[in-house]
Amino acid sequence: MNERRTIISVRDAVKRFGGVTAVDHVSIDIAEGEFFALLGPSGCGKTTLLRMIAGFEVPSSGQVLIDSQDMADVAPNRRPVNMVFQSYAVFPHMTVFDNVGYGLKVTSTPKIEIRERVMEALALVQMEAFAARKPDQLSGGQRQRVALARALVKRPKVLLLDEPLSALDAKLREAMQLELVKLQATVGITFVIVTHDQDEALSMADRIAVLENGRVRQIASPVDLYEYPCSRFVADFIGKMNVFEARANGFANDSLTIDVDGLGSLNVPHPERAAGALSVAVRPEKMRLLTPGEDRDGLFAVPVTIRNIAYHGSESHVFAVTESGLEVSATIPNRSRDHMRLAAGDAATIGWRPADTLVLVE
Amino acid sequence: MGMRRRRDGIGPLEYTRRAWMRLILLATFVFLYAPIVTLVAFSFNDSRRNIVWRGFTLEYYEKAFNNAGLIEAFVNSLTIAFFSTVVSTVLGALVALKLWRFRFPGKAPYEGAMTLPIVIPEICMGVAMLAFFSRIGWPSGLTWPFNLGAITIAHISFSFPFVAVVVRARLANFNREQEEAARDLGATEWQVFRDIMIPYMKPGLVAGALLAFTLSLDDFVITFFTSGPDTVTFPVKVYSMVRFSVTPEVNAASTILIAITLVLTTIALVLQNRRTTD
Amino acid sequence: MDSWRKFPLVFWLFSLPPTLWLLLFFLVPLGLIWLFSFGEKQGIVGIDITWTLANYARALDPLYLQIFVKSFWFAGLTTLICLLVGFPVALAITFAPARWRPVLLLLVILPFWTNLLIRTYALIAVLRTRGFLNDGLEWTWEGANALLTLVGLGDLNLLGERFQPFELLYNNFAVVFGLVYVHLPFMVLPLYAALDRMDKSYLEASLDLGASQLRTFLSVVAPLAMAGIVSGCIITFIPALGSFLTPDLLGGPDSQMIANVIESQFKSANDWPFGAALSFLLMYVTFFVLALRAFMTRGRAGLDAA
Repeated sequence: MNERRTIISVRDAVKRFGGVTAVDHVSIDIAEGEFFALLGPSGCGKTTLLRMIAGFEVPSSGQVLIDSQDMADVAPNRRPVNMVFQSYAVFPHMTVFDNVGYGLKVTSTPKIEIRERVMEALALVQMEAFAARKPDQLSGGQRQRVALARALVKRPKVLLLDEPLSALDAKLREAMQLELVKLQATVGITFVIVTHDQDEALSMADRIAVLENGRVRQIASPVDLYEYPCSRFVADFIGKMNVFEARANGFANDSLTIDVDGLGSLNVPHPERAAGALSVAVRPEKMRLLTPGEDRDGLFAVPVTIRNIAYHGSESHVFAVTESGLEVSATIPNRSRDHMRLAAGDAATIGWRPADTLVLVE
Repeated sequence: MGMRRRRDGIGPLEYTRRAWMRLILLATFVFLYAPIVTLVAFSFNDSRRNIVWRGFTLEYYEKAFNNAGLIEAFVNSLTIAFFSTVVSTVLGALVALKLWRFRFPGKAPYEGAMTLPIVIPEICMGVAMLAFFSRIGWPSGLTWPFNLGAITIAHISFSFPFVAVVVRARLANFNREQEEAARDLGATEWQVFRDIMIPYMKPGLVAGALLAFTLSLDDFVITFFTSGPDTVTFPVKVYSMVRFSVTPEVNAASTILIAITLVLTTIALVLQNRRTTD
Repeated sequence: MDSWRKFPLVFWLFSLPPTLWLLLFFLVPLGLIWLFSFGEKQGIVGIDITWTLANYARALDPLYLQIFVKSFWFAGLTTLICLLVGFPVALAITFAPARWRPVLLLLVILPFWTNLLIRTYALIAVLRTRGFLNDGLEWTWEGANALLTLVGLGDLNLLGERFQPFELLYNNFAVVFGLVYVHLPFMVLPLYAALDRMDKSYLEASLDLGASQLRTFLSVVAPLAMAGIVSGCIITFIPALGSFLTPDLLGGPDSQMIANVIESQFKSANDWPFGAALSFLLMYVTFFVLALRAFMTRGRAGLDAA
């Protein structure tokens, strides 16, 4: 595995606004060429963190290093990073060409070079034909491309994007997700995006940092984040999750014996010993609906009464209740038509592989 | 206490479609416009006493244009308005920028002080300026245009807060991310101001300037107290003509002033409508 | 918003010119007048600041107090009439079809853009003995007379021998008429703003629940538009109170308002200290009314403030 060098290093950064701590001792290392996402609910500090990297917020304490250089006294207009703002902030009184060329004009780039680089950047985002247009003649998606081109023309080491897809409609959003990933691969520089949409983060990023209340909860690849969340918050935030209270009862052969309240005992593979109260979580799509008489086949099975089945075409969302009153939700792909005969009030059995159980410590 | 269903097909909230509402509207507009329209119409009246319509003539416009005193007053008004507008727009823009951009101690009282010229009764400001200029011994008998200095200063004092209000309203809608984007792209503070902020403020500056111009051109009370026999402005001249005698010449002069104001207002509106999205 | 300390150079650049101007060419003159109000005349042009309260005391003299009261009365009457006329107009504009609204608003504002002097002067033609109102009344009189003659009652001269024109000019009636004429646009605009901002669903809900139009108006529209009503009244009352031109051109010898008295003190009567005291009393009244308004709107921060 080739070690890519770290291009951005945030070291124990803190940002306070009056009595509120927006960023609380955050440390993140972002590698060169990565597509990195800052993910979290609103108010978690992700935008503040992004703005600290860009230079629009000064950390109350801690450091921001870009390419191993401390950015402490470096103003935003001198940093080797560029930002695409949430509102795109395309200058309404300039043409597309002038917008994209603005960053070069203010740094006294010769006109010929400006022309060359602007057309190159516009080609990257397929907007060459619009060079003479004014922003009020463009759609939202087109304006975003102009903002992208405008930032990329400066050849920054890192491109920062603040909620780039939130203003687009659903169809356009998915298309833009793919385009951004493609763009990043083409240009080859580091992209850091801020988003509250976990779908976006999961589908676009190489690595994701999940933030809550100004703190980093977990940094991992999308797969690791989804399959192995390290805390209840992350498990709940990314995707849907069934969470049950449980107690650890024993540890042998790399597997924990866990007593799930109201459901029974199962052995979950786990690297280390644990004791006492904890939570276990299972993803709804890991659940299976067992027909009566079907072989358990090593699954941990639980008898339930169906509350509601929501039909979603390719899959069904099953909401059920156990005898002890615990709620279980399962996402069943509609591979066969058998279980579509089930209705609210029916008795059924839901099961899952013990190995798919997540043990959450907090 | 129910409602009868109307037979004329007018919805319950469509007040303006009701006859009596329309009547009130019409009556009000007649009330507002009839005097002015009549004044304009009678400026073409071929009659000295101007009571009954006698015939169409441009005689009084001729008289007005040949009235040296009137022309001089008009030129004075334009000169004052021009200088007042230029200085007021700059001062007003500075205030607006300062209030929009910065937090500073004593901001609320400062804002209050800046609205004083707008709120204060004109007569109070007029006498204050009179007292001021006479007390500090403002030189009189200067050559034109310097003799208009006192009036111009007074006009600037009551105009620039109006400009500030207009420009500030424009700034309030500014998307600060544009400013940050420019800085992010490498612009210095000055470049941001020149390339992003001033173009954005332009409609507000133009509206403010037009407002200042109209305020200056139309002002009577404050000018009345700061002008002298050799520094008469158009409204002051018309006032003395009205006091002296009511002839169609006064109507002609008034109509000219109305026409100028209308033209300026139309320009302002056209400019405003051209920039609905920015 | 940045703290001024972050960019001190820029801050002072923005700050100094207008602040210095306001100070020198506005606050200082006002201060001068304030000082004068405590002064005494010395000869023809001298004024001695003796910190006397004689000027203020004189202002409370029945003679001048009466003028204050009359000015208040005129301004108040003007405001009331403007409200009664302006509210239906604002209502009509609010509920007009969307494409008509800017036009109607423009038509209301346009007279405001015309010079005050000219508008007041125009009223002279309307109000004088052979002016339009009287001519119109005469025409009505003749029409009514003709009708009576038709019915056979002509000889009884029920309406008098001949038409007596009303004295409509150079008296209190003319002043109030003129004040209403000049200030009506001031009243319509804030009313319109408040009505426009009002959620029309409130009206529909009221009607749906069974209230009549009148009831809806009194119980729903008026209270919700109250902020606009207060605003409109304030920006009509204050200028009307300090009005100079209208009473000067249209009023008679006994229709003087405060501004006229102040003017004469500074021009013909040459009693600047007294005029200064009167000016400041007028200003204090203005500030008081504004403070009243601020106090009233603070208490209703929950509802829309116009």
